[in-house]
Amino acid sequence: MTRTSDLSELQSIARTVRRDIIEMIGAAKSGHPGGSLSAVEILVTLYFDVMKHDPANPAWPLRDRFILSKGHAAPVLYSVMAETGYTPKDQLNTLRRIGSIYQGHPDRRFIPALEASTGSLGVGLSLGLGMAEAAKLDKSPSRTYVVLGDGEIQEGQIWEAAMYAGFHKIDNIVAILDNNRIQLDGWVKDIMGLDPLPEKWASFGWHVIEVDGHDIVALQAAFAEAEATKGKPSILIAHTVKGKGVSFMENNPKYHGVAPTKEEVELALKEIG
Amino acid sequence: MAAKYELKLGAATREAFGKALVELGKADENVVVCDADLSKSTFTHLFGKEFPNRFFSCGIAEANMVSIGAGLASSGKIAFVASFSAFVLNKGFEQLRVNVAYSGIPLKVVGTHSGISIGEDGPSQMSVEDISLACSLAGFTVISPADEVAMFSLVKQAAYHPGAVFIRAGRVKVPVIYGPDQKFEIGKGIQLTEGTDLTLISTGLMVAECLKAAEKLEAEGVSTRVIDLHTIKPIDRDIIAKAAAETGCIVVAEEHLVDSGLGVRVAQVVTETNPCVMEFHGVNNTYAESGLPEEVLEKYKMTAADVAVTARKALARKKG
Ligand SMILES: Cc1ncc(C[n+]2csc(CCOP(=O)(O)OP(=O)(O)O)c2C)c(N)n1
Ligand SMILES: [Mg+2]
Repeated sequence: MTRTSDLSELQSIARTVRRDIIEMIGAAKSGHPGGSLSAVEILVTLYFDVMKHDPANPAWPLRDRFILSKGHAAPVLYSVMAETGYTPKDQLNTLRRIGSIYQGHPDRRFIPALEASTGSLGVGLSLGLGMAEAAKLDKSPSRTYVVLGDGEIQEGQIWEAAMYAGFHKIDNIVAILDNNRIQLDGWVKDIMGLDPLPEKWASFGWHVIEVDGHDIVALQAAFAEAEATKGKPSILIAHTVKGKGVSFMENNPKYHGVAPTKEEVELALKEIG
Repeated sequence: MAAKYELKLGAATREAFGKALVELGKADENVVVCDADLSKSTFTHLFGKEFPNRFFSCGIAEANMVSIGAGLASSGKIAFVASFSAFVLNKGFEQLRVNVAYSGIPLKVVGTHSGISIGEDGPSQMSVEDISLACSLAGFTVISPADEVAMFSLVKQAAYHPGAVFIRAGRVKVPVIYGPDQKFEIGKGIQLTEGTDLTLISTGLMVAECLKAAEKLEAEGVSTRVIDLHTIKPIDRDIIAKAAAETGCIVVAEEHLVDSGLGVRVAQVVTETNPCVMEFHGVNNTYAESGLPEEVLEKYKMTAADVAVTARKALARKKG
């Protein structure tokens, strides 16, 4: 796989991933574009730069673990896994079709390299804690990264996990909150507001790093800060735009779970470039 | 016999649920609804729009929603809580057990997107164990309407039912089976066709498939009785015992894990009354996958043709 810390290369990969997302969901005629697009820079930075992993040897015991707890954003994960060489690129457009390895939500039965089958919100952080605890037991340098949605953290289990991680000082886990401010039925602030977010996590014993979730350099620095933080779990509160990169999807709750039409696909691809 | 059903495509049962809620809300100020960030999918948004002050948005927190609903219901409200079946039952089970079933609170719980027919979203959102879970809550009434007419009527009845109720609804549009004047009674199954050789018993969207299967079987000379058990618990013992005695052969078809759903409950009645040949048609000890709803139903053998295959197997055993 190509590994790079170079900004322009990572930006170019992010563009490809955005194109993949639009094409996949367009072809499937169903799926979740908004929350896939908001997480592009986060996943690209992790998979191409930050995480230690080997697509040629997915079972490498010392690999870093990645969990897409907000499993409905599967297209961004599938694109990144295909672009890094875990899975075939030429099948991306079979997303959500019967028999496809690219299931509607990440499914380990079809892609064994996935660390977790997700789609039921709220469980991924706890699962990651188990992996992080196992790494500690094994004296492994493996780190665990968990991407959460802001709507998702309304689930009580997230806060049980947050409390556990803080109390037990689990410093080999990093949560990344895709804080795009929109959930399924509308804006988070109208449904079940989360403010003050940084204070909530800090009070549970987490090292909180606020970051622009579309700024790759800032993300690189934030992940480095998380790694350097000992004795505490870290969370990146990534300020993102739902639907980022496609003007008519940006900040538009409609595109949480609605696929672009054929015309919209063309328009979106033109905009992404 | 089965040919008398035209089976024109109607609305999804989740939509009929949402419309019934609005009617209930108009007629009775005591009706309240809780949602967990799926109001557009469960159609509770219709109620939320009409009666915003009686609509409780709980965020993505199903367990919390169930207990809030239980609190509303125990304070004299006619309270509904709704989400995908998989989430409201799986995430809210402890709360349903302790705050609702065990406490004798008449909460109305509605799970939409049941079964595997949701299609593209795949198994994490599918519910192939909801009949089992709901039926294992002591004292619960469990309802699974086959079409929009049944759903509309049964939601309205459930609201004033004295105990806790779980209602199973589907995502996809389903054929209309019932005429507008059809009467439904909680706990009483409906015999849709006469028949003396074989009985097909079903619930939810598989009822229409059984009617289509019956048409095929009739063409082969098999006199086929079809029964809709829209209430799974308490189960209609009389209609089952009668079918067992009169046809001596029963096939149960359901969009649910075959070893823990409607079939085993029918079998219990059959063995206690008039033991006869039985076969069970459902999802076999697995989770399905993503795909178009009709493709998923086909791959996992939830079509009329598949039910007919199981029926022929049962008939062969009956002949000995
Ligand atoms: C337990 C559970 N409840 C409900 C859903 C349905 N659902 C899918 S996505 C979603 C909204 C998620 O919002 P957020 O976490 O903010 O994700 P993003 O904005 O990143 O797409 C909901 C309610 C689910 N998948 N799991
Ligand atoms: Mg969000």
